[in-house]
Amino acid sequence: MDSRFLTASDAKARLTDIVASFTDYSSKHLPDDVVERLREMSEAEHSEFARIIYDAMFENMDMANRLDRPVCQDTGLVQYFVRVGTAFPYMDVIEGALQEAVLQATQSAPLRQNAVEVFDEKNTGTNIGYRVPWIEWEIVPGRDDIEIYMYMAGGGCSLPGMAKVLMPLEGYEGIVRFVFDRVTTLGINACPPLLVGVGIAGSAEVAAKLSKKALLRTIGSENPNPRGAMLEKQIRDGLDAVGIGPGGLTGAESVMAVHIEHAARHPATLAVGISTGCWAHRRSRIRIHSNLEYEVLSHRGVAL
Amino acid sequence: MNKVYLTTPIRDEDIRDLRIGDIVYLTGELITGRDDVHQRAIKQGKALPVDLAGKAIFHAGPIMQEDVSQSSGYRVISVGPTTSMRMDRYQKEFLEKTGVKLIVGKGGMGPKTTEGCVQQCAIHTVFPGGCAVLAAERVEEVERVEWLDLGMPEAMWVMRVKDFGPLIVSIDTQGNNLFERNKKGFAEKQEPIIEQINKSVDFLH
Ligand code: SF4
Repeated sequence: MDSRFLTASDAKARLTDIVASFTDYSSKHLPDDVVERLREMSEAEHSEFARIIYDAMFENMDMANRLDRPVCQDTGLVQYFVRVGTAFPYMDVIEGALQEAVLQATQSAPLRQNAVEVFDEKNTGTNIGYRVPWIEWEIVPGRDDIEIYMYMAGGGCSLPGMAKVLMPLEGYEGIVRFVFDRVTTLGINACPPLLVGVGIAGSAEVAAKLSKKALLRTIGSENPNPRGAMLEKQIRDGLDAVGIGPGGLTGAESVMAVHIEHAARHPATLAVGISTGCWAHRRSRIRIHSNLEYEVLSHRGVAL
Repeated sequence: MNKVYLTTPIRDEDIRDLRIGDIVYLTGELITGRDDVHQRAIKQGKALPVDLAGKAIFHAGPIMQEDVSQSSGYRVISVGPTTSMRMDRYQKEFLEKTGVKLIVGKGGMGPKTTEGCVQQCAIHTVFPGGCAVLAAERVEEVERVEWLDLGMPEAMWVMRVKDFGPLIVSIDTQGNNLFERNKKGFAEKQEPIIEQINKSVDFLH
């Protein structure tokens, strides 16, 4: 298909179809890195409760695949994180296409209707609402493609989320304590093993946003700063030693990974944010080229 | 660890001797009820449209699909437990008002619910979180829906289930609480670990 032949409305229809199928598919199949990590973690567990939970998880994933159904009933609020190249030819239609895609996937999957309008306190019944689907934009100079991360933010796994601004003298010690406290209390209800996202920055909203971006990273990746990477590992090993286990029922390990993302801070503030992803971590990634051909990057060998 | 099969209506003697960590499989009527149902029933004091005495409630917001071949007009696609802690605020009064004997959810509930379970001879159990297709496959039929004006996740879906489980008992009729016990253990364990980590994160100059 040559993009020169596409009108804006044809391009929008095509983009909508791709993202709708991608969203539908992502609700039913966890990404490769998550499945691999869960398999690894499952092998480390031998206690009776841990076995019950991991066996249920894998049976559930198989059934979701076989019956073509969402892995978890809470298909979350759909969020898109878009990295758009400045030379992508269909900039104008992306936002509309993403909204349409949510509508379509809600019908086709089907997804649970999760968008509740604030103040009116009414569920819209469509998964579309004021500023929902939530879209985050990043502009990439010199590229002509777009990369979209889709994340389904479930209720249970969004509950432990929090950001706060520490005084610098509370130090990284304060950050460590903050993360442990959230994960070992509210985190145990959020369908562990969790993926723990931490953001460190100069103000609360940046820390919060980075903590969510940390959840988009592939499991096994590291913070680019050696101290950051070390802290990720230390917190992960420490949480594992607490032995939260699958479902919070205790076990040999606790978390799928700890990811830290950071931005330079103000001399007088040390802000920290946390976001947690549950074992059913529906985070997927697709690249769409300027001719609207695509590759799903999070799931090997998938044609939508 | 005992394995027990329960059928609704559940009597006190069916559950009195169950202890945290026991595993239950449920047959009979399981009715969803989460935040809005609890607040309507207790805070707003509305009469419940379903008789819950001796039955089981499920902290869950399902994905249902319209299906004209079903007498209720719906079939269940995916129905796993939601975070029980959110219902902690009204659960005790809810148990008193309805005579519910079995709560199904995920994660723990607090001291107030525990008190309610002791007083009303009821138990809280957890189904493996996120395992919603597995759960849906144990539902034989969606019998009816009430309070659908609350939206699909919050409505009361009356389901007939068979061998619905594994349900791990997390609060028993004696007031034992599995997750409170685990949480206490985690809190104790984490202190020396945090201290150890904090020896090596003194990055400030
Ligand atoms: S925390 Fe995740 S797996 Fe658990 S119910 Fe929520 S969305 Fe599903």
